[in-house]
Amino acid sequence: MTDADQELRVSKIVNGTVIDHIAAGQALNVLAILDIDGSGGEEVSVGMNVPSDRLGRKDIVKVEGRELSPAEVDVLSLIAPAATINIVRDYDVVEKSRVTRPEVVTGILSCPNTNCISTAGEPVESRFEVLDDAVRCGYCDELLREDLAAHIATD
Amino acid sequence: MRHDHLISARQLSRGDVETVLDRAAEFDAGERVARDDDLLGLCFFEPSTRTKMSFDTAMKRLGGDTVDMGTVESSSVKKGESLADTVRVVAGYADALVLRHPSEGAAKLASEFVDVPVINAGDGAGQHPTQTLLDLYTIRENAGLDDITVGIMGDLKYGRTVHSLAEALTEFDVRQHFISPESLRLPRNVRYDLHEAGADVREHTDLAGILPELDVLYVTRIQRERFPDENEYREVAGEYRIDADTLDAAREDLTVMHPLPRVDEIAPDVDETDHATYFEQAHNGVPVRMALLDLMLSGDGGDGR
Repeated sequence: MTDADQELRVSKIVNGTVIDHIAAGQALNVLAILDIDGSGGEEVSVGMNVPSDRLGRKDIVKVEGRELSPAEVDVLSLIAPAATINIVRDYDVVEKSRVTRPEVVTGILSCPNTNCISTAGEPVESRFEVLDDAVRCGYCDELLREDLAAHIATD
Repeated sequence: MRHDHLISARQLSRGDVETVLDRAAEFDAGERVARDDDLLGLCFFEPSTRTKMSFDTAMKRLGGDTVDMGTVESSSVKKGESLADTVRVVAGYADALVLRHPSEGAAKLASEFVDVPVINAGDGAGQHPTQTLLDLYTIRENAGLDDITVGIMGDLKYGRTVHSLAEALTEFDVRQHFISPESLRLPRNVRYDLHEAGADVREHTDLAGILPELDVLYVTRIQRERFPDENEYREVAGEYRIDADTLDAAREDLTVMHPLPRVDEIAPDVDETDHATYFEQAHNGVPVRMALLDLMLSGDGGDGR
């Protein structure tokens, strides 16, 4: 069974985004990054641990009625570096792209160092430099390697 | 120097360090300049004796003057003013700012809000790059800066002077040994930088095994307040205390340094030995900070000022 066949195992969407080739087990973190927990009424389909030619096993997330912003794609790349983003309009894939790791992510992650000035109510956004295997706070140098989804900034 | 601000020792190349230290040596030898029109803003959000006084002295010895924010209790910070606002106001009075703050990253943040150079004089457990410059000056005077073995002992986790020094030493041919209780090892981000720089680094929990190899032993205070349990502190603190007898096992030319203040990690009997260099180290703060201020205020870094 090909990846395309697997994609069809969850329902097609009319307009929105299909995030494919998410590392197996990361789909719920992807939803957390997108701040989707079902309470907003979004129509979401999730495939987890489905076979993949490229990854062996992968997750897929389909979100009806929503196209991802560049900032959201940036942070997705940190936990799903192999992901592909398909923008769907009227059942057709109109844009297909792979995520690329940015050099810096701004305003998305919150520094876990409670003594970091970026968490002290100053008029700045958090800023993290993206390294090969981690991200690093642009203010206090704290390194984040694991569980980035747990550090997504919330208002 | 090619920097508008001095925030972290990671900014300092070997060439930068040598430029500052050579200039410091000139000031140490009695050179005078007249920076009569320059004002340095002192923003100390934490208590400080040596660092604040040496910056104040350095600026006045250059012929300039200082304006001092005063204590946090007597300033508008007490009314809830943000750091960003405070430094913007002081930057309107001064040609450069020196900032000490209890939060990591404070100097970096301040540098984003002002048009004058910001010098980090200690940000929480983060960095203290001007202390590092005077440490390097002291090491160069006593042991040279290449093909040496340096031991750094004490609170390596929270000690900002350690973080800056360790990173700066990667620019030189230095073997670095870190000695601390397991709970106070170097933080992950500093170990990452040392690894990325390809530094020759070893970590130990005991000084005895490595002491005879050292050219320099840099001691820092094991900070009682960092331990959740007083007994846990007592167990380790004694093991990281040196006295004259401890140093019997050291090389004759070992240089013992400490950023001060010390509490009991270096016994007073060490003061009488030829190893003790910590007071000379503290005095070196003035020429080194004179050099740094002169270079930054002259705009000799090609930064356009």
